[in-house]
Amino acid sequence: MELIMQPWPWYVSGALIALIMFIMLYFGKSFGFSSNLRTLCTMCGADKFAPFFQFDWQTQSWNLMFLIGSGIGGYLAMNFLSPEGYTVAISDATISDLAALGFDSPEGFVPASQFSWEALSNINNLWILIAGGFMVGFGARYAGGCTSGHAISGLSDLQPASLLAVVGFFIGGLAMTHFLFPLIY
Amino acid sequence: MKNLKFLLAGIFFGIIMFKSEAASWYRIQEMFRFQDFHMYGIIGLAVGLGVPMVWWIKKKEVKDFTGAPIVFQPKAWSIWRYLIGGTIFGLGWALSGACPGPIVVNIGAGYGGYVVVLASAVLGTFVYGFLRDKLPH
Repeated sequence: MELIMQPWPWYVSGALIALIMFIMLYFGKSFGFSSNLRTLCTMCGADKFAPFFQFDWQTQSWNLMFLIGSGIGGYLAMNFLSPEGYTVAISDATISDLAALGFDSPEGFVPASQFSWEALSNINNLWILIAGGFMVGFGARYAGGCTSGHAISGLSDLQPASLLAVVGFFIGGLAMTHFLFPLIY
Repeated sequence: MKNLKFLLAGIFFGIIMFKSEAASWYRIQEMFRFQDFHMYGIIGLAVGLGVPMVWWIKKKEVKDFTGAPIVFQPKAWSIWRYLIGGTIFGLGWALSGACPGPIVVNIGAGYGGYVVVLASAVLGTFVYGFLRDKLPH
């Protein structure tokens, strides 16, 4: 139990993600999370606006269950599998880079200044959340998959398209972190 | 309930994403600054185990639990959709500090800001579907 309460090292985590991929394949499905966003659109009536959303969303209910499960998993891990006063221990170099942008020293799992319920009342911050989510949703469907579908499932199947998508993920991520963060924060 | 196993797999996945800190905005920043091996170790090992796993499944024609063959859908090759789509996704990944799975994991963990991120991601998917025919693929 003591070991579970600590953050899990990369070699445990990486192996467990591969295990999740195998479990999903054994269940007859492929491991890809962002398809759920399309399913949610259809459930909200998007099929009336574009043929892309015209499909029987109930065929994807297994993946929605996976989505609900991951939320429950986050709840359980935060509340029952983490020590009191848990803070993500990132490197000193990252802490000082973030401090230079005006971020406080890490506290908790993600910065409360940006992601707490209270932070929603800050209009500038709200725009950051909206822009970030929009690009994740738009980009994932445009690229035909996200980190699970391309970086894990696709690369494991040695798909050249997935490698190109992952290159894109890094072009975007590096541009945001190194060029746009100093302008935003 | 036949979908219960997917709920359980999802719970397992959510716990892994949290306990590995792969769902942490801080870790994503650290990754894009190349300041720690952690995230590269996680993704690298998952793929490093995934490649021989997929190879073995194909070679041995491993069946799923219903006895049906496990099939892998090859992704049609093109440049633009993966490069542009991937880059837009990466911009969003770094800005929100989470890809789609971890967005939901963070909501479960109690970070309400990610409710807005998720709603906006659904909107982004809708706009993509709406503009799909006009975008280079």
